[in-house]
Amino acid sequence: MDPVTIDTTKIKPAKKKPETALEKLEDTGLINTVLAAKEREGLILFSTVDQIINWARLSSLWPVTSGLACCAIEMMAVAMAHHDIARFGMEIFRASPRQADLMFVAGTVTKKMAPRVKQLYEMMPEPKWVIAVGACASTGGPYHESYAVLKGVDLIIPVDVYIPGCPPRPEAWLYGVIQLREKIKNEGYGAKWGLNK
Amino acid sequence: METEELLLNMGPVHPSTHGVLRFKLRMDGEIIKECNIVMGYLHRGTEKLGEMKTYLQFTPYTDRLDYISAFPNNYAYAKAIEELAGIEVPLRAEYIRVLTMELNRIINHLVFMGSLLMDLGAATMIMWGFREREKALQLFEMLCGARMTFNYIKPGGVRDDLPDGFIPKLNEFLKDMEKRIDDYEQLINENEIFLMRMKNIGVISAQEAINYGLTGPALRGSGVSYDIRKLEPYSIYPDLDFKVCVQSEGDSFARYMVRVDEMRESLHILRQVVDTMPEAKIVAQAKYGIAPMTGMPSAVSTYFPRIFAPPAGEVYSRIEAPKGELGFYIVSDGTTKPYRVKIRSPSFCNLTAIPRMVVGLKIPDLIAAFGTIDVVLGDVDR
Repeated sequence: MDPVTIDTTKIKPAKKKPETALEKLEDTGLINTVLAAKEREGLILFSTVDQIINWARLSSLWPVTSGLACCAIEMMAVAMAHHDIARFGMEIFRASPRQADLMFVAGTVTKKMAPRVKQLYEMMPEPKWVIAVGACASTGGPYHESYAVLKGVDLIIPVDVYIPGCPPRPEAWLYGVIQLREKIKNEGYGAKWGLNK
Repeated sequence: METEELLLNMGPVHPSTHGVLRFKLRMDGEIIKECNIVMGYLHRGTEKLGEMKTYLQFTPYTDRLDYISAFPNNYAYAKAIEELAGIEVPLRAEYIRVLTMELNRIINHLVFMGSLLMDLGAATMIMWGFREREKALQLFEMLCGARMTFNYIKPGGVRDDLPDGFIPKLNEFLKDMEKRIDDYEQLINENEIFLMRMKNIGVISAQEAINYGLTGPALRGSGVSYDIRKLEPYSIYPDLDFKVCVQSEGDSFARYMVRVDEMRESLHILRQVVDTMPEAKIVAQAKYGIAPMTGMPSAVSTYFPRIFAPPAGEVYSRIEAPKGELGFYIVSDGTTKPYRVKIRSPSFCNLTAIPRMVVGLKIPDLIAAFGTIDVVLGDVDR
């Protein structure tokens, strides 16, 4: 049997475990830092405006408390200790849309409620995101044939993430939240405001 | 000093209205002069959908009426159809039904306590209540895979038998729950702020409560011993030993205490059900099944037809749901779809007493009184 030779130059060194706070920050991939000008005991951070702003925005989304129907009970379950939405910095449900930047449309949007939901959305300050939770908010769901129900909340307000289910499990809910965070992470600050066109 | 009258809108988006309810309040300073309830923000046309669906297809919609306690809704609808079509239900299925319903009653009262205390500004109880609720929901998931909307109790029986390992887990829950209720009472019952917020608030006398058509804990809090499980016994309740929890004061605190006592009674019932549950076939055969199975695997059982037509006639069937009397009035014209489905929902009828209760009180007292009536908007607007 031939001896196996290993080209040691091709082995990459193991990634260094981040230790200092700055290295940990760099490890998240959100902010690129350069340890520079050590002699001056100062630091220089290199990043883009998009990255910094998106990181700040997605780290503490504050949802508005607006439960509409069955899904709102699961919203309570998500916020409670077992599923603990506080892990995402989202435990502060604001009663006023003026203080919120995320809206869960949790439940059936009826034709009577639709103008109120739209008003609620318009009262929220920019930037704002909407998650349509459950079958009813996405398409009308089991009430699609009903005379009183709006066939999807996206007919009146823009929706970022749809979570299917009737009602969705809390795990599905959290998965939807993670999807929104991914979306926000990749958002262009310029694109959002139409600057790069 | 005279103040100008103020018309204040509370809701439809308000954290303390448990959904999308709107109060139109005429205020004199801080005192409520008049309270009007505007509802219908969650009107989904459930009753009309009942006429468009076959009998079995409508069962999932009953889940979404009172979505905190879906098993009693399932059961009330199934019971109405069973009475209409003359279907007999095997004994073990009835035991499983009572088991799920009483478990659901505990959950309902946990959510009630949590949201009431949350409205009053105490956040601990909702954390504790949802912790225990999560354990019970795990039991429901074992049973039917769903957490809230079960679609489990079908006309003629239940969808599946109890899974392996269900009873030991239930016993664990029952043992745990007993201690927890003591904990809750220790936390809440003698809290001075809580007592001041609840005692002598939203008082309604027995006579008035009857006149307003209150049922369930809201009526029993006024000293009327009215429980359909005793008055018009159904299922296996005649064989079970339990007492009707009554408080005589008629205020918010009495209504709260009724629910705490009911949780203990439900635990007592559950223990009896577990001890005496028989072994038997689950789903009964329907007498009036007309359409045969079409080769598709049935969610119900091979014994029960998917589409069936009860004989022409009408039925009103009622049960004691956690929130009060839940009734289904079904008119059949002999076809596979109901001619009319009318739902007598407890939340809707109980809600009408709020304007009577809160005149002369302040807005925080409205929150307290409204919280102890315990309505769910899906049940109110249907």
